[in-house]
Amino acid sequence: MKQVLKVSNIVKRFGGITAVGGVSFEVNEGEILGIIGPNGCGKSTLFNCILGQLTPNEGSVHLDGQEVTGLRPCDLNRLGVSRTFQLLQVFPQLTVRENLILSGQEHRGTMGSRLFGPRDAGLSEEADRMIGFFKLGHLAGEKAGGLSYGQQKLLDAAMAFMAGPRLVLLDEPAGGVNLTMLENLKERLQAINAEQGATFVVIEHNMEFVMSLCTRVLVLAEGRVLAMGTPAEVRANPQVVEAYLGH
Amino acid sequence: MSTQRLLTLLGLTLGVLLLLVAPFWMSKYQLYVVSLWAVMSIAAIGLNLTLGYAGQVSLAQGVFVGVGAYTGAIMTTNGMPMAAALVVAVVLCFAIGWALGYPALRVQHHYLAFVTLAFSTLGYLVFRNEEWLTKGIYGIVDVPRPMLLGVQAESNLRFYFVCILSLAIVSFGVWWLIRSPWGRAFVALRENPIRALSLGVDTRRYTLMAFAIGSCLGGVAGVIYAPLVEFIDPSPFTLDLSLKLLMMVIVGGSGFFAGPYLGAAIAVLLPEVLRFTEGYYLLIYAAFVMILMIISPTGLLGILDRYLTARSTRKASAARAALSASFGDQT
Ligand SMILES: Nc1ncnc2c1ncn2[C@@H]1O[C@H](COP(=O)(O)OP(=O)(O)OP(=O)(O)O)[C@@H](O)[C@H]1O
Ligand SMILES: [Mg+2]
Repeated sequence: MKQVLKVSNIVKRFGGITAVGGVSFEVNEGEILGIIGPNGCGKSTLFNCILGQLTPNEGSVHLDGQEVTGLRPCDLNRLGVSRTFQLLQVFPQLTVRENLILSGQEHRGTMGSRLFGPRDAGLSEEADRMIGFFKLGHLAGEKAGGLSYGQQKLLDAAMAFMAGPRLVLLDEPAGGVNLTMLENLKERLQAINAEQGATFVVIEHNMEFVMSLCTRVLVLAEGRVLAMGTPAEVRANPQVVEAYLGH
Repeated sequence: MSTQRLLTLLGLTLGVLLLLVAPFWMSKYQLYVVSLWAVMSIAAIGLNLTLGYAGQVSLAQGVFVGVGAYTGAIMTTNGMPMAAALVVAVVLCFAIGWALGYPALRVQHHYLAFVTLAFSTLGYLVFRNEEWLTKGIYGIVDVPRPMLLGVQAESNLRFYFVCILSLAIVSFGVWWLIRSPWGRAFVALRENPIRALSLGVDTRRYTLMAFAIGSCLGGVAGVIYAPLVEFIDPSPFTLDLSLKLLMMVIVGGSGFFAGPYLGAAIAVLLPEVLRFTEGYYLLIYAAFVMILMIISPTGLLGILDRYLTARSTRKASAARAALSASFGDQT
């Protein structure tokens, strides 16, 4: 199995707080890795360190064996790594379609061709396919700011897939999404995983979602790896049950 | 949506017709005022790109008008053609604007405003004190009007058309830019730079570009301004001009394509219309701006935009209701 992402001994401190205290893990191609852990255990901070939003104090990140630690998020994105944020992040003044086109346009051509080339950077079809795929068809021309929370959340996820990434990190994609939408989202993720062989890392508090979606689960507690294994193994781990899953 | 397009088209046609026909009945002074409007519109369009679309505050647009004006005045009084001055001013303002963009990579909003404000003061001091280049407070007199395509644009009427043509060319260029993926990237930069960065948008490059291109247009305005007034000294290029340009963008509607035209019209034409109020013009303008900002922080076009959005939302929800009724309401 080919290793896509290798995270080695990431440490991130904020003043006196050690938010992430030496986390290492690997993700293989086509995997869906879940990351769970109590609030404030450093999950989002770990993502930010992997993706260049934050610079880790220690540790390194490798993508396909190449070191990418400290690379700017836009450069990392163009290498085929994309993400969503925990808090919803769409561009409210752009339409749904334009949000998607934006998400793909910087992967095509040069600054020059983006200025003098077609207005949609040749991405309208791709965007419409994505809109259909995420069942946002009737909203394509609406400003994203006018969508419901759940719809924006779907759009947010769709944007992360627009450029056909190989590795996608999703920070709580299910948060605030209702049950029907959640099924929809899970189906979409599974489909992209199966059809495009895309690899995922998913932070999520919704246990059912994680356990049914992920091939492996990593449990964080206080900035450290508590356990790692298949959903069944993790569920059976007494330490995990005590620290996180509860009684 | 189609109503909006129709309105835009109608307004545009009327405006262009008026600008082409009206000058033949205008007095010398009226020609000057409308020419000035065209020049200020160009500078405001530049600032609207930087501030309105890309979201980068700048209190230095006036400096670039100054750089353009001095480049034009110095070069053309030394016998060089205006076209050459235009090229030099564009390159110069692009470079300075690019450099001015660097602070924006580290600070935002009011901090950025302060940085650009300091730059504005610096620019004015250079215009005033570097006498070997700018002739200081004595100014540069007899800036010649250009020869264009074999026609001497000496008369006020002809130079008016130079101004209007320049505005048309700039408008087309910026319209193109805004509709291109660049425009989308600028808006993304304004609305959420962190998300934009994570989607591959090189926010650093776009920020610098937004400053550089916006500044360029300030320079273009300056190059045309110099032969319009035919005399250049430092006094028009104080912080006051930068603030006026900022006001034009905000009053018209920052981030709306038509905002700068409207804002510049209000700033340039209103004092003339309100001439009868004598000393009270500024008072009225100030009160107007304050009330406008309370009603609509997105300027005059923001009011129109909200009205049109509300209408289309009403229409859309009516359509949805009709649709669900016809399907026996499954939703
Ligand atoms: N920018 C920051 N400055 C200072 N402290 C921070 C910063 N970001 C995160 N922290 C701290 O780091 C710790 C980990 O936060 P993080 O957001 O990574 O948790 P999380 O596991 O994602 O939690 P949640 O499940 O609530 O999203 C917390 O104690 C938080 O207060
Ligand atoms: Mg988090």
